[in-house]
Amino acid sequence: MKMEEIISPENLVYTKTSLMTDKPLSFCPGCGHGVIHRIIMEVIDELGIQADTIGVAPVGCSVLAYEFMNIDMQQAAHGRAPAVATGIKRCWPGKFVFTYQGDGDLAAIGTAETIHACNRGENIAIFFVNNGIYGMTGGQMAPTTLPGMRSSTTPYGRDVALMGNPLKMTELVAMLPGTYFVSRHSVHTPLSARRFKKAAKQAFENQKLNKGLSFIEIVSNCNSGWKMTPVESNKWMEANMFPFFPPGDIKVNGELVKKAEKPE
Amino acid sequence: MGDIKLMKGNEAFAEAAIRAGCDAYFGYPITPQSEVMEYLAYQEPHKRTGMVLLQAESEIAAINMVYGAAGTGKRVMTSSSSPGISLKQEGISYLAGSELPCLILNVMRGGPGLGTIQPSQSDYFQSTKGGGHGDYRMIVLAPASVQEMSDFVKLGFELAFKYRNPVMMLSDGIIGQMMEKVELFPQQPRMTEFDQSWSTTGKTADRERNIITSLDLDPARHERHNQKLQAKYKLMRENEVRFELIDAEDADYLFIAYGSCARICQKSIRLARAKGIKAGLLRPVTLYPFPTEKIGSMADNLKGILTVELSAGQMIEDVRLAVEGRVKVALHNRMGGMVPSPEDVCNALVQSFSIR
Repeated sequence: MKMEEIISPENLVYTKTSLMTDKPLSFCPGCGHGVIHRIIMEVIDELGIQADTIGVAPVGCSVLAYEFMNIDMQQAAHGRAPAVATGIKRCWPGKFVFTYQGDGDLAAIGTAETIHACNRGENIAIFFVNNGIYGMTGGQMAPTTLPGMRSSTTPYGRDVALMGNPLKMTELVAMLPGTYFVSRHSVHTPLSARRFKKAAKQAFENQKLNKGLSFIEIVSNCNSGWKMTPVESNKWMEANMFPFFPPGDIKVNGELVKKAEKPE
Repeated sequence: MGDIKLMKGNEAFAEAAIRAGCDAYFGYPITPQSEVMEYLAYQEPHKRTGMVLLQAESEIAAINMVYGAAGTGKRVMTSSSSPGISLKQEGISYLAGSELPCLILNVMRGGPGLGTIQPSQSDYFQSTKGGGHGDYRMIVLAPASVQEMSDFVKLGFELAFKYRNPVMMLSDGIIGQMMEKVELFPQQPRMTEFDQSWSTTGKTADRERNIITSLDLDPARHERHNQKLQAKYKLMRENEVRFELIDAEDADYLFIAYGSCARICQKSIRLARAKGIKAGLLRPVTLYPFPTEKIGSMADNLKGILTVELSAGQMIEDVRLAVEGRVKVALHNRMGGMVPSPEDVCNALVQSFSIR
C-alpha cells in the first residue's frame, strides 16, 4: 500500500484538538502535565463549549497553561484560583469555569480558597495535579510530599515529626456538602488517561446541574523534581504515591463512594 | 433631583453601588466599614438589579473574586478597612498589572498592625505610592462627605473603565460612620455588553482567545508592558487631577487637607478669619494624581501652608515636593484615632507661622 493511500480520513486514529495551540509545551519531557492539558482541551472541544468556557491558571508549572490552551483564560495569584473562578462563575452562572492547580498552589498557599469554594458548592471544576513536589521552583517539599521522600528542602527525606504529614486534600473536600463529584486519577497509562477523560467530561457536564463543585485530583509524576527517568518516575508513582493517594471515585452524584477502588 | 435621604457614609456608598449598576460586590467584614455589606445584604441587590453579593472567606479571597469578575468585563467592587486593605495589596498589584478595572473602598482606621477601629488617614502612602509590589498606581479619590461617598462610586467606575485600572476611594472612619443628607443619583442599568478586545467571557470563533495575566517572562516585552502602564499613569496625571478651593483667592495661609480633616479645616478657616488671619483651604479630591501643579502655582503668594492629617504626616511630603521650598510647610496631626478640633487647627496655624 502506498503512503498516499494510507493517509486518508477513514484511517485517521488521532488528531490534535484545535483547542491546543501550536506553541511547543514548556513542560519537561515525560511530565504528565501535557497529557492532562490535552485531555481537558479535548473534552471542551467534544462538548462544544469553547465559547462558554473560562479557565484559570494559577502559579507553579501550570502558570503558562494559557499559552497552550486555546480558550479564554485568567492567570491567578498563587493559591487564589478558586476565588478567581468564584468571581467569574458568580457573574456568569451559565458559563463553564475551571481551575488547573498544582499541589503547592491548591493544598498549601490556597488551602483556604480551596476549602471555601468547595464548601460553598461553587459550580466549577477544579483539576488538581498532585506530583508531590514544587516543580516550577526547583523541587521543594510540597504539602503532598510523602513521608521520607526527598526534595530540595527535605534532602534527607520528609521527617513527619518536623514537617508534618502529607495532606489528603481530595478526601478532605469530599467530606464537604458543597462537593458533588470527587475523584482521583492518573494519566500515565492509556487506560488511566481514558478514565481521567471520562471524569473530566463529567466535571464539565456537572456544571449544568448547579449541584456543586467537581474536584478531580490527578496523581502525576515529576521526573525532573524526583530525579528519575520518566519511566522510572511512573513506576515509582505507582509503587509509592498510589498506596497513599489511591485512584478512584471518592464521591459521585453528591454521595460518598463506600469503598474506594483498589490501585490499578 | 434624585432621592434625598439621611444616611451613613458606608450606607450611601452601598446604595450608590446598586444604583451605579455594579455587577458584583465581594467583601469581608471589618470595622468601621461593615455597614457596606450589611446594607447590601438587607437590600437584596440580586432582586433589585441582579447584582451579585458574596461574603468571602477572607479579604484575600474577596479581592481575587474581584479580579476574576473584573477579568470578564464586569463592574465589580470590594470594600475594607486598613488591616484588610493590607491583605488585599497582592490582589491590587495583580489587578493593576493585568489592567483590570474595579473599585476598592478603604474606610481607614488607625494602625500600624491591628491598631484601632477609630478613624485615621495613615494609609496615604500605601494608597498613593503603590501599596503592593511593583511599579503601579491607581487613581485615589478622597470623599469628604456622605454625598461624595455616593457620587464617587459612579465617578470611580467611570475612571476605572476609562483607564482599565483599579480605582480606590480613600475614606476614613469619620466619613464612613457619620450621617448626613445625601442626594442619591437615579438607578443606572447594569452593563449588557462587554469589551471583547480583552475580557474573558469565552473564546468565540470570530476572535482570538483573551488572556488576563500580569506575567511575562520575556524581559524586553515586560519592560514594554511597564512602559505602557507608566504612559497610562502619565495620562491620569494630565487629565484627572481634582481639587476644591475654599476661601483661597485672597489667602495668606493655606490649609491643605483631605477627607474628614478638610471638613474640620472649613471651621478653622472661619475661626482664623474672625481673628483677622486670611486663611483658606485646598482640598485634594484626587490624592493620586495629586494637585502638584496647582499647589506649586500658589506657593509664591502664600506666607505658609499647614497640612492637617490624621497620620504622622504623609501627604505633607507631596505638598513639600509641590512647593519646592518656596514657602514654609508645617504639619498639624493627630494619630491613633484621635481627631483635632477646629480650634486646635487654628491655634496650630498661629503657632506654626508665629502669626500675631
